[in-house]
Amino acid sequence: MEFLRPETWDEALALKAEHPDAVPVAGGTDVMVELNFDRRRPPALLDLNRVAEAARWESDGAVVRLGAAVPYARIVSELGRELPGLALAARTVGSPQIRNRGTVGGNLGSASPAGDAHPPLLAAGRGVRVEAASVRGTRMVPVDDFYLGPKRSALEPDELVRAVHVPVAGGPQQFSKVGTRNAMVISVCSFALALHPADRTVGTGIGSAAPTPRRAAEAEAFLAGELAERGLWERGGELDEAVVRRFGELAAAAASPIDDVRGSADYRRHALAVMARRTLGWCWAGYTGLPERSAA
Amino acid sequence: MRVVFTANGRRVEADDVWEGESLLYVLRERLGLPGSKNACEQGECGSCTVYLDGEPVCACLVAAGQAEGREVRTVEGLAGEDGLDPVQQAFLDAGAVQCGFCTPGLLVQTHALLERDPRPADADIREALSGNLCRCTGYEKIMDAVRLAAARRAGEGAQG
Repeated sequence: MEFLRPETWDEALALKAEHPDAVPVAGGTDVMVELNFDRRRPPALLDLNRVAEAARWESDGAVVRLGAAVPYARIVSELGRELPGLALAARTVGSPQIRNRGTVGGNLGSASPAGDAHPPLLAAGRGVRVEAASVRGTRMVPVDDFYLGPKRSALEPDELVRAVHVPVAGGPQQFSKVGTRNAMVISVCSFALALHPADRTVGTGIGSAAPTPRRAAEAEAFLAGELAERGLWERGGELDEAVVRRFGELAAAAASPIDDVRGSADYRRHALAVMARRTLGWCWAGYTGLPERSAA
Repeated sequence: MRVVFTANGRRVEADDVWEGESLLYVLRERLGLPGSKNACEQGECGSCTVYLDGEPVCACLVAAGQAEGREVRTVEGLAGEDGLDPVQQAFLDAGAVQCGFCTPGLLVQTHALLERDPRPADADIREALSGNLCRCTGYEKIMDAVRLAAARRAGEGAQG
């Protein structure tokens, strides 16, 4: 096995082009588990910890460009205002030790349907793009087109996730995740919701309940339509209970879960409806300033 | 490959390191620092927690080569010339150690918590230690130890 240690992105991309089988490693929270358990023996590891730019983020006020190797702990402490949905999801990742190492770039590279970063990225709006870089150039892949299957993404063998571009939140964002305890759980299922008042759209993301992370497109369109039709974007006001219930049903219907060791398909559908109603309650309370109604 | 880094303030070198090896393996098997424990090898249990450039991490999930040129501080590096660190002493005094396997990781993680937040609330302690599993104590004595360490550190600060 080779251990490749680039200091810059140019070096990293050149090495990846030369060694397309090299596995990139930043926090190691996925890759090292596979190595420790003899599940994977790649010909080379490509260490991204020395590429300083990978651990930086910047914002022009409208979009955050989040370097692939910014650890979750820093997303929690530094980006709660700009990217509240992602920051909430980051808080639920693993444990403090894992959050000090794990990265969104790693979540994207692994493309596990259970990755906690995916639902808030999907919910954050159509403008979310993965910066996939190679010596051939840079592609900006819309996040909706990034996930192709369980642990399969749109990345080409010579490409690395360099950054992800996420619009700065213009409205409330929430995240909810089901697991057996608060820490150190791979989600049984998860749900992210974002309200986008500027263009009056709604964003959602479903985790661990389909072969890939996915949006609940019908639920988004339904809620945006109801809010527009009732003038609720402008005047706020109470959400009709039937709207909340229907939103939950549509969110659950968008999933195609399986039975596995973490939970049954039926349970996941049920939990998704509950999480969709709850996150809507939280978001709407945040949007209107009205007290949250019970949405259990 | 050869890996060179600083462990507990000392420059250390390990030779013939396999490229897929973990920092934990290098510490325990090549550098004679067996304090960090090897249990789950997947970041679940926290018993291998060490400082890497000042951040507590699971050493089992750091590739050895990623430690090149960096500063590692293990449980062996907590005690100073004057004896045990207050966190270590508090774990002893509170009876927070039973089989002791999880203790090194808990000590490092608690040390990091108190460096960052000298007077944590119980919820903060539970959150900070949520990645450290203990199968003996039921955690209550560990909670006592962290509270005791925090109180003693605060007392020292007041006197100093």
